Amino acid sequence: MVLEIYLDLFSQPCRSVYIFAKKNGVPFEYKSVSLLAGEQYGEEFGKINVLRKAPAIRDGDFCLAESVAIMTYLAEKYKTPDHWFPADLQKRAQVNEYLSWQHSAMRPHGSKIFWLKLMIPRVMGTEVPKEKMDAALEDLDGTLKLFEEKFLQDRPFIVGDQISLADLVAIVEIMQPVGAGLDVFETRPKLSAWRDRVRDAIGAELFDEAHQGILSSQESAKSMDSSKLQHFKARILKKFL
Amino acid sequence: MALELYLDLHSQPCRSVYIFAKLAGIPFEYKAVDLSAGEHFGEEFGKISVVRKVPVLKDGAFVLTESTAILQYLVAKYSTPDHWYPADLQKRARVDEYLSWQHTNMRTHGSKVFWFRGVLPAVTGVPVPKEKMDSAVEDLNMSFKLFEEKFLQDRPFIVGEKISLADLVAIVEMMQPVGTGLDVFEGRPALSAWRDRVKKEIGTELFEEAHKTILNAASLQQTFENKGLPEFLKIRIQKMFN
Repeated sequence: MVLEIYLDLFSQPCRSVYIFAKKNGVPFEYKSVSLLAGEQYGEEFGKINVLRKAPAIRDGDFCLAESVAIMTYLAEKYKTPDHWFPADLQKRAQVNEYLSWQHSAMRPHGSKIFWLKLMIPRVMGTEVPKEKMDAALEDLDGTLKLFEEKFLQDRPFIVGDQISLADLVAIVEIMQPVGAGLDVFETRPKLSAWRDRVRDAIGAELFDEAHQGILSSQESAKSMDSSKLQHFKARILKKFL
Repeated sequence: MALELYLDLHSQPCRSVYIFAKLAGIPFEYKAVDLSAGEHFGEEFGKISVVRKVPVLKDGAFVLTESTAILQYLVAKYSTPDHWYPADLQKRARVDEYLSWQHTNMRTHGSKVFWFRGVLPAVTGVPVPKEKMDSAVEDLNMSFKLFEEKFLQDRPFIVGEKISLADLVAIVEMMQPVGTGLDVFEGRPALSAWRDRVKKEIGTELFEEAHKTILNAASLQQTFENKGLPEFLKIRIQKMFN
């Protein structure tokens, strides 16, 4: 039985897993989960991941959630090139350091912009108050600043001369607000240069393919049936408003 | 030069690193950082870590932040017993799965309840509004539900028969709201039994020593009230939870 990877490419962690698996030629069956339609709450998906999130994998009878855990599992199982998750003690630690930090920094701050700018107006029918948007932009700004100051510095990639899981996880999160129409690269030449190197290392075709959905969100948001998105309402009110 | 660990045992991730280093017999120099005095925002600490958080590990010229990364580094460098971070592919993945999930679940919600019950009222002078408090407790309860339903199930420890980094990281986060007088173990017999097993593996003495600071709830209030929290810290704190 072939590895199954449950994905929705609107989701940042799904994109990193997808890109990693494709780039490394990991054989898998793409199992589509529509987060917009709430498929993660269905009975079938509950058997794969009771946390009801994507990505998730099923490898025989072994199910695994959490993109970071999935990628390190795939890296080990499929013996991917060392630079993705270096065996060197300090380099590996630096990758782990980024993968840990980003959960409470890049990920929520980037996600929030996407929700505030695009999803919430669609679901709730109103724009988000300016002060909330400003606060969210400020948080993302601070995070990007710290990213450049600590994690990137003057290196080509986070851990040195080659791309690793850290860069992959970073780029998919940074692309989320871009999908909502906020070009975070515009005023950040160093970040842009890094993005170009990452896209190159992944392969422009694969990178663009993975991001096609999110980059056309503004368009597809217009035709989104808001009545079908109401399952997000409670969560939005609790989390963002 | 000895390994340095920058710690404040009020902090959950500092406790997991401290407990692990002690348990594994890893020699280190304890470098105290006083969070309630805002020491992490000072110039000195800024030279150690620009992220301005604890714990921080300094191994010669190598500086490392993030407790889970520090724990994984210590495991690899000091070749600690396999059960902490099993070499077995699937078992290791289970540890990683927990270490990942917990950041925005057990850690976030446990911390929030701790701040709402133990810190904000002392800083602002007023209790947190009931609906905010209820919402935070509801989220924490959901984390516990998922913990028991998915991560623990009917196993002795998260990954199976033996304690791992996952259990250690889990327990220190769960103890945080306990520090404010909220007994999260009450009414949760399976969780309590797991807590007892974890405490036994760590050793009661070390467990209690590491948690002495956070469990001294009365002095916690004093700390935040009497220390004259720097104004910039008060503002930061208020912003965090609005």
